[in-house]
Amino acid sequence: MGGISILKEREKQIYQKGTQPFDMSCEKKSLAGSISQRACVFCGSRVVLYPIADALHLIHGPIGCASYTWDIRGALSSGPQLHRMSFSTDLQEQDIIFGGEKKLYNALVTLIDKYSPNAAFIYATCIVGIIGDDIDSVCRRVSKEKGIPVLPVHSEGFKGTKKDGYKAACDAMAKLVGTGPTEGISPLSLNIMGEFNIAGEAWTIREYYERMGLEVVSVFTGDGRVDNIKRSHGAALNVVQCSGSMMHLAETMNEKYGIPYKRVSYFGLEDMSKALYDVAEHFEGSPEVMEKAQVLVREEINAIYPTLKRYKEKLRGKKAAIYVGGAFKAFSMIKALKSLGMDVVLAGSQTGNSDDYKLLRNMCDDGTVIVDDANPLELSKYSIEKGVELFIGGVKERPIAYKLGIGFCDHNHERKLSLAGYSGMLNFAREVYSSVTSPVWQFAPARKSS
Amino acid sequence: MKIQGKTEYKATSNACKLCSPLGASLVFRGIENCVPLLHGSQGCSTYIRRYLISHFNEPVDIASSNFTEETAVFGGAANLKLAMDNIIEQYHPDLIGVATTCLSETIGDDVPLILRDYIRDNRNGDNTAIVPVSTPSYSGTHIDGFHGAVRATVDAIAEKKNRAGMNINIFPGMMSPADHRHLKEILSDFGVGYHMLPDYSQTLDGPMWSEYQKIQEGGTPIKQIASMGDASASIEIGRILSETKSAGKLLAERFEVPCHNLGLPIGIKETDAFFDAVSTITGKPMPEKYSEERGRLVDAYVDGHKYVFEARAVLYGEEDLVVGLASFLSEIGVIPVLCASGGKSGHLKGKLCQVVDEFDAKGIEVLDGVDLVEIGDVAKEISPDFFIGSSKGYKIAREMSKPLIRIGFPIHDRMGGARIVHIGYRGAQQLFDIISNTILAARQDASPVGYAYM
Repeated sequence: MGGISILKEREKQIYQKGTQPFDMSCEKKSLAGSISQRACVFCGSRVVLYPIADALHLIHGPIGCASYTWDIRGALSSGPQLHRMSFSTDLQEQDIIFGGEKKLYNALVTLIDKYSPNAAFIYATCIVGIIGDDIDSVCRRVSKEKGIPVLPVHSEGFKGTKKDGYKAACDAMAKLVGTGPTEGISPLSLNIMGEFNIAGEAWTIREYYERMGLEVVSVFTGDGRVDNIKRSHGAALNVVQCSGSMMHLAETMNEKYGIPYKRVSYFGLEDMSKALYDVAEHFEGSPEVMEKAQVLVREEINAIYPTLKRYKEKLRGKKAAIYVGGAFKAFSMIKALKSLGMDVVLAGSQTGNSDDYKLLRNMCDDGTVIVDDANPLELSKYSIEKGVELFIGGVKERPIAYKLGIGFCDHNHERKLSLAGYSGMLNFAREVYSSVTSPVWQFAPARKSS
Repeated sequence: MKIQGKTEYKATSNACKLCSPLGASLVFRGIENCVPLLHGSQGCSTYIRRYLISHFNEPVDIASSNFTEETAVFGGAANLKLAMDNIIEQYHPDLIGVATTCLSETIGDDVPLILRDYIRDNRNGDNTAIVPVSTPSYSGTHIDGFHGAVRATVDAIAEKKNRAGMNINIFPGMMSPADHRHLKEILSDFGVGYHMLPDYSQTLDGPMWSEYQKIQEGGTPIKQIASMGDASASIEIGRILSETKSAGKLLAERFEVPCHNLGLPIGIKETDAFFDAVSTITGKPMPEKYSEERGRLVDAYVDGHKYVFEARAVLYGEEDLVVGLASFLSEIGVIPVLCASGGKSGHLKGKLCQVVDEFDAKGIEVLDGVDLVEIGDVAKEISPDFFIGSSKGYKIAREMSKPLIRIGFPIHDRMGGARIVHIGYRGAQQLFDIISNTILAARQDASPVGYAYM
């Protein structure tokens, strides 16, 4: 594919296994003009805090940041739906000149009076610091007046990458943790972290833990509630998925409250089962937890295995590409696709670190291309060169795949399909199967010419 | 600064508007071999890409100059230049459309100056033109960014070289790709040459690829934009737009190209005005094909008139879209009881009075500069028969168990937003059938009998 060239500055962030010594660069700011698939610091904070359903989420800045994130996630709530509203101070030219604190104060007070949230998160966007607004002091004042936690989230878009936004969100939540009562929490208890209840996934996972006899104190942040976060320091263990987004909070809670943490993933049979066993091992003093975990895993796998096998027969040997936000999800995807008989020939993430990419390299076969912070040209180039037949990514990758005649599976936070747990693996297999084997591809020009 | 305790400012809740860089990006995606570049944080480009892709289902590459903390302190010149270097190297574009953001405007970057430097140093070579447009997100809405980008492009590129031949400039405004395609079809059927800016009929509604396209084919060729100064006339669509510093006015002032300002051609009256204008400019009658379409449309209006009569509609969207829709709904007997927009030009009510007969007698409420929570609050008092607007009104329509007819942008919860024809007799025909059938379906579903005849 001589037609698509790679920018020189980007070459070190692309690696093909087996062809060169592993020396991949990552964790860099995106290159200007490269058309990164990443978003910004604000995006990182917004996605993490978004599912907290009884909190007010007010975005301080001009209108765009709020408009583009209105009802953007498939994160379900079993009660309040306040998180699905979009609130903005909608700063105008005169606010840029004279400052936006007054507007922030009044917007905040009015919204708290109208919606009675249990906490409020105030997101700073790019220009807030530049126009000199002191959002911390406004938050302190409103918190005092209204008697609820009002937490500034320092998520100015340009101050780092999405990962810095995760950290800002964790810092804001850390102020809530430890402020609620912990009486009555079982010693066999945990917090589910980095699970956002997309299409009810957190409910599925919670049910697994409850079947093992474990109490779930708080989910960070799927179907999240302020009161649960406040008392989450009473849990015996933090179980962290999507480690990029939540490790900072898990480490903070470890230091401050001595709560150990485990990293897990709930995608694919292998990782899902390992998560349950790892958690059960932690509670080895209560051997019945492990026994229940074993029964659960056996029952769940038995229930779906025959159907999975049918999909596998249809999918065997198909080539897949994975490009997702965090590398940890890519690991699970590789295993899940392998379990369906598929080969991963292109894998990458927006925010992986060098340990992640080393692990990714070890998991992949020779010839697999690994990319960090890729752009549409690179993703297209390697999809074509590698003969990809299925692409796993988000909304921005979807049209690239479709234009090239490649099947697609949405694994981003907008989806409305549960992909976690055992039932989620079945959905995943069905989703992959329905795209890869659809009859529509017979009309795709890119497939005809290949 | 001492904060006062009284409520003088309110929040915007579920906005009925987007920020101006989105509108500019849309225009630049409708120019041939052009890459939009937003001078700001990475998130602006990515969020806008995602928002556009979810509606159009097409790749939308928008570059970013990717501000860092240092950029915010020391200025964005180096990043902007590097971004252009990288775009030129990767995409070999004919044009880079540079739109600013709230961040670059607030720190005071002088983008035109930075671009002049860049061009002076010949870093863009001989092949890439660069057009800057100022689109601070704290000023106006996406529609201002849209029109601003059209005007900036014409300002930078159009010339007068006294080329011979009849050509019409057409500035269609923010429509669907299918609308753009229909406008081109009409002008081709008139047998007249035209330069339409923007034209995303192909770039944002294209076929699958047989081989990779860095920048999707289609869009207004730069050469055509350059020759706009030689056109016989300009047609500029949008009654609200006619009140602003538009591209059509610029061509009239600079090159004496007469400008015809028209409303969005939705429904018979506004479409008639459009065909009249083209006939006046070209001296040619309406092609037979369209007299026939118009004839069938009138026939359909009569067939269905009783089903839609005095149905009450809540409409919302960009101000020009609202004016065009209100004109159409009024001519079929539907009452646009609430006309609302997130935009606030100050002209909405005045323009509505021009297109809606007996405006005052109908008790129509007009709200500009509002969000969808405010629209919902008023709608609950009005109790309309249906909503018509983008998919973002679904929440309030659902709360009131009323149908939502999806038109305009964005449509994020249905297929085919790019393929909706709103304009011309053909568009009116489709809208009329959808509205009639929506009302009929609601009656049928609510009926205890459930007749399978009307």
